[in-house]
Amino acid sequence: MSTFFIDNQDLIYIVVLSVLLGIEVISNVPAILHTPLMSGANAIHGVVIIGAIIVMGHASPDDYLALALGFLAVLLGTLNVVGGFVVTNRMLEMFKKKK
Amino acid sequence: MTPDFLLQLSYLAGSVTFIIGLKQLSSPDSARKGNLLAAFGMVLAIVGTVLFHTKDNQPIGNIPWIIAAMGIGTVIGWLMAMRVKMTAMPQMVSFFNGMGGACAAIISIIEFHSHPHGSSGYLLTVFLGLIIGSVSFSGSVIAYGKLDEKIKDLSARYLTYINLGLLIATLAVLVIAVASPETFGHNAVWILLALSSLYGVLFVMPIGGADMPVVISLLNSFTGMAAAFGGFLYDNPVMLTGGILVGSAGTILTILMCNAMNRSLLNVIIGSFGGGGTSSSGARGEQVVKEISLTDTAILCAYAGKVTIVPGYGLAVAQAQHICHELEKKLEDKGVDVNYAIHPVAGRMPGHMNVLLAEADVPYPKLVEMEDINPQMNSTDVVIIVGANDVVNPAAENDPGSPIYGMPVLKVWEAKNVIVLKRSMRAGYAGIENELFFHPKTKMLFGDAKDMLGKLVGELKEL
Repeated sequence: MSTFFIDNQDLIYIVVLSVLLGIEVISNVPAILHTPLMSGANAIHGVVIIGAIIVMGHASPDDYLALALGFLAVLLGTLNVVGGFVVTNRMLEMFKKKK
Repeated sequence: MTPDFLLQLSYLAGSVTFIIGLKQLSSPDSARKGNLLAAFGMVLAIVGTVLFHTKDNQPIGNIPWIIAAMGIGTVIGWLMAMRVKMTAMPQMVSFFNGMGGACAAIISIIEFHSHPHGSSGYLLTVFLGLIIGSVSFSGSVIAYGKLDEKIKDLSARYLTYINLGLLIATLAVLVIAVASPETFGHNAVWILLALSSLYGVLFVMPIGGADMPVVISLLNSFTGMAAAFGGFLYDNPVMLTGGILVGSAGTILTILMCNAMNRSLLNVIIGSFGGGGTSSSGARGEQVVKEISLTDTAILCAYAGKVTIVPGYGLAVAQAQHICHELEKKLEDKGVDVNYAIHPVAGRMPGHMNVLLAEADVPYPKLVEMEDINPQMNSTDVVIIVGANDVVNPAAENDPGSPIYGMPVLKVWEAKNVIVLKRSMRAGYAGIENELFFHPKTKMLFGDAKDMLGKLVGELKEL
């Protein structure tokens, strides 16, 4: 237990601080922004695409299962990122000040 | 500058833009900027990974395929996002969320396929990414189908027990697969995929349509966590910060949404347990509206500290703007703070109400825009709604099945008292029911706007 903590100290710090930051950043958001905020957060977790790029980029060229699945993963991750940000932007256009 | 330095620099920049972007997204003025900033950071991190990432001194390979996949994904994602109707936004978000979950699940499958052996920490990370990603994927697809009315609610008492059983089975397989990897061997990944996908389907299935945004928000934070497990797996800081940030922010947002609907998260998730899913509409017949007399209205307003008038199309039709201004002056004489809440689409065109009230010499500072007045609603004693309907309909915020769902509305139900002045119980422009009229705080005053406001001014003079 204690060796796990010391070995992964940096990661544990990142996790704990990110959790607190996430909570802090979201508090006091007006209800009117719930949907766009959810949508924006949805786009941000599209960062999972980086994992897809890594796994695809280091798959050996004769491992067809890994290549096919990797291709699919990159494609789906891109859908998440692009679709997420574009949809959020469209939603927020409604909030532009009139005049 | 070494490639690794540039890679880590792009990750740091990405993480910072996510944090600032999310912060800016939680305020109406800066929300668009925040979204674009986060998108920019995402591009940086992706480009950084493709150009500079190395593993065992090998750079990223298969680049043509990666670029092809990203190209196809960009075109499809862009087109879907641009073409979707404003009213269909929630299911679109759910769909994209599901894609992210699927992406996380597939990463785990490939990772296990290429390296089936490793420490228990490694196996646990891979399997948890798979489980959470799969639940998020299948759950989001069901949520998408439900909101798009392709899938009907399925509520049955036994589902709760089946779900509980599935959850226990999934966790049991997880524990065994990590503790003694040879038990399931290569099949562990497929068993977990099947169990958790099924769980995602059955978890969302019984939840009512009106609660879907909460479910989507919850699944959204699940995908965030799945992305974070990918970050653990590759020791990748930007996946870790991005994923955890969304995981924790998403959880808080889910709870906030529940609070806004006055429900607990547990109540939403197992809501079908006793009620049988009557959350959306229906059951209107039992609800009754409460009427209020002119005298009571006059007394209520005269002794209020703060009164907000919400004008709508009915005010324009009745040409009641002058008498409305008179009411406002009468109340001000009695020391009441009066202002007008202007919804951007009140009336039949933007700015309709501003023009109308300006004509009646209402001072401009008294016209408060929606974004500015909504936060003040809870300190308002009386809201008088004059011929407005859809712009004060709570369904816009809490009923995804409603045609106006997602439209920003004046949150008049947060005020202490709501008086609705209208001619009849007829529906508004959008032709939909308004549950505000049945709200416990709401009292109805039936009649022509000009006529009734005139009588109200008369009553105030008597006091």
